[in-house]
Amino acid sequence: MTFNYASFVVQVAALLIVLAALHKPFGIYLARVFEATTSTRPERLFYRLAGIDAGTEQTWSVYLRSVLAFSAVSILAVFALQRLQGILPGSGSLPGVDSWVAMNTAISFVTNTNWQTYVPETTVGIFVQMCLLAVQNFLSAAVGIVVAVALIRGIARTRTQRLGNFWVDLARTSFRILLPIAFVAAVVMVLGGVVQNFWPTDVTNQAAGISQSIPGGPVASQEAIKELGTNGGGYFNANSAHPFENPNALISLFEVFLLLLIPSALPYAFGRMVGDQKQGYTVAAVMGTLWLASASLMGWAVASGQGTATAAAGGLGEGFEQRFGPVPGAIFAASTTLTSTGAVNTAHDSLPPLAGGVAMVNMMLGEVAPGGTGSGLYGLLILSIISVFIAGLMVGRTPEYLGKKIGPTEMKLAAMYILVTPTLVLALAGITVLLPGILANAPASGPHQFSEVLYAFTSGANNNGSAFGGITTSGPFLSVAMGLAMLLGRFLPIALVLALAGSLARQGRIPASTGTVPTHGPLFGGLLLGVTVILTALSYFPALALGPLAEGLLK
Amino acid sequence: MNTLTGYLRQAGTALRFLVLATLVLGLAYPLAVFGVGQLIAPYQANGSIITDAAGAPAASALIAQASADDSGARDPRWFHARPSAVMWDPASSSASNLGPNEPKLIDAVTANRSAVAAAEGINESEVPADAVTASGSGLDPDISPEYARLQVARVAAAHGLDTKAVASLVDRHTSSGLLAFLGQPSVNVTSLNLAVAEASHASQPAQSE
Repeated sequence: MTFNYASFVVQVAALLIVLAALHKPFGIYLARVFEATTSTRPERLFYRLAGIDAGTEQTWSVYLRSVLAFSAVSILAVFALQRLQGILPGSGSLPGVDSWVAMNTAISFVTNTNWQTYVPETTVGIFVQMCLLAVQNFLSAAVGIVVAVALIRGIARTRTQRLGNFWVDLARTSFRILLPIAFVAAVVMVLGGVVQNFWPTDVTNQAAGISQSIPGGPVASQEAIKELGTNGGGYFNANSAHPFENPNALISLFEVFLLLLIPSALPYAFGRMVGDQKQGYTVAAVMGTLWLASASLMGWAVASGQGTATAAAGGLGEGFEQRFGPVPGAIFAASTTLTSTGAVNTAHDSLPPLAGGVAMVNMMLGEVAPGGTGSGLYGLLILSIISVFIAGLMVGRTPEYLGKKIGPTEMKLAAMYILVTPTLVLALAGITVLLPGILANAPASGPHQFSEVLYAFTSGANNNGSAFGGITTSGPFLSVAMGLAMLLGRFLPIALVLALAGSLARQGRIPASTGTVPTHGPLFGGLLLGVTVILTALSYFPALALGPLAEGLLK
Repeated sequence: MNTLTGYLRQAGTALRFLVLATLVLGLAYPLAVFGVGQLIAPYQANGSIITDAAGAPAASALIAQASADDSGARDPRWFHARPSAVMWDPASSSASNLGPNEPKLIDAVTANRSAVAAAEGINESEVPADAVTASGSGLDPDISPEYARLQVARVAAAHGLDTKAVASLVDRHTSSGLLAFLGQPSVNVTSLNLAVAEASHASQPAQSE
């Protein structure tokens, strides 16, 4: 398989043009939803049945408590109902899911990670897929978005405790944003060949003497929200490499578009809500630049065709689908790891070593280009605060961001945010390779085995969900370790972001002075880009050197 | 105490929210997509099932249809799909997930290369990469046009067909245009083999399976 550079350039350009064209009108729509003051009639009915008082707003701590209560209830419900699968309808003859796997899966889908330690075809039936996992695809994506919205409100509002109502934000995001787009996207996918039925079909090729049972299932409806919500959990084990999830190269490009759509439009909504559109443009430009740089690096690393096994095969092929090949493989791999999606149309484990390394670095950047739904924006806003702090140190001024003082409290929260995921990734990966017996039966050898472990915890703690699939994590130790990585990697940052939002909202606005570092324009954009890359490099370089870099240097 | 009741009240709201949202997002939404799909695109929504000459469902155009005997040998009468980590079983799907420097992968690729070269009676150096590497899904229905061309002579001979006729069937089942540009040109082996069976049947009406 050869790397078609023209095809790569055309597809990257097409994505950039379409997303750039949509980010303003769609960003305006997003901002309108978040700033809406009235509810529709079905929403009012929904609030009445759920016992929600849509008129009240919450402080940051109540908002956080709602996030945690909702996520805890979701995890318990998804866990319990998976265990009860054997007696639930629509599950065929599948028994209840193993308790370690059910726990890992419940955490995985509620945290928007969608790490899959189970084989869907033999573990979960239509009920679990459709009523538990796909529902969490919507809701976990919405949780990420509403946390970002609360942070925006914290920046935009002054002298207030109120950050909005979590339940109202969650409902509006689910029903006004995610649901209508997912529906249209799912219909497009069906037209393109993605399956949407509830039964298998028996087929027989008489001439060749082959009989098969062709699987069915509500795949298109799940596939649409899986990409749109940057979730990534496949209906089938092979994820978006499976022909029924991703039947051709055009649908593959459409899936990449979907997973970039919301994260790339949120900066415009941010600029609009804080009343300074230049801020939104700068954030979007930084995201776009990082995405373009990373996708190009991925393209180069894939095209290199490095690897002794790749050379033995006479070129790329292992883990690729023929209808895609290396170009859609590279674009998908870069975009799925730069967002928190984790869907794959190519087996990442078999990618050339440095391409696997680029995928890891993308996640290690904190998934901010453009990142997960909501989490990408709040991640980049935290990095912006770190950047104004560093710039403030250089000019000897108290740093401020959009008229809000970045004092010790704000800096502590931002610094802790930056430390959470590297700590989780490096500590858990370190413990896993040091403990005897955990990797005794792992099929991989040499530095690639370490790469698989590093990839797993990077993916888990950043709530990505893609994998170097050679590693098996269904045993008790890795189920729990990955569960912890996903849980803490999701909710510690959310708690810190909401605390920061609360602390910013309480402040008045200080007028910009000559000492204020402007947080828009190419200068600040460049600084933000540099801070993002340097923080990642400082945290992870030694670990990367032992894994993908060592592999890349092997001959 | 105050916090505890606060948490309990939040949990109650959470549970009711989850149940109501499941009715909309977990039932109404997939059923609506199902309804629209069955209405406007039943062929795709039901798995792109293609039929044989007799009109019976024979395969999914999107799923590989292949088999190998216990020794790993493939049926010489048909175009061969790419190697599969799940032996083309549509009840599962997987890549090999072997790393790019993995000795096991080098062994597998080398063995596949010898087998393909022997089956087609060609030099090992002529075997294209897609013929020796396992696909991402294990159910890849497509192969490269190069690999398809290498198989034409064998398949034509097995069915007593003209090689030119078989080569033109290959062309007809090769992707082109936008899809080939975005991805890469590929030959659908599943539908190609059904077309070969039909051509074979037409040329030898007396012979039956």
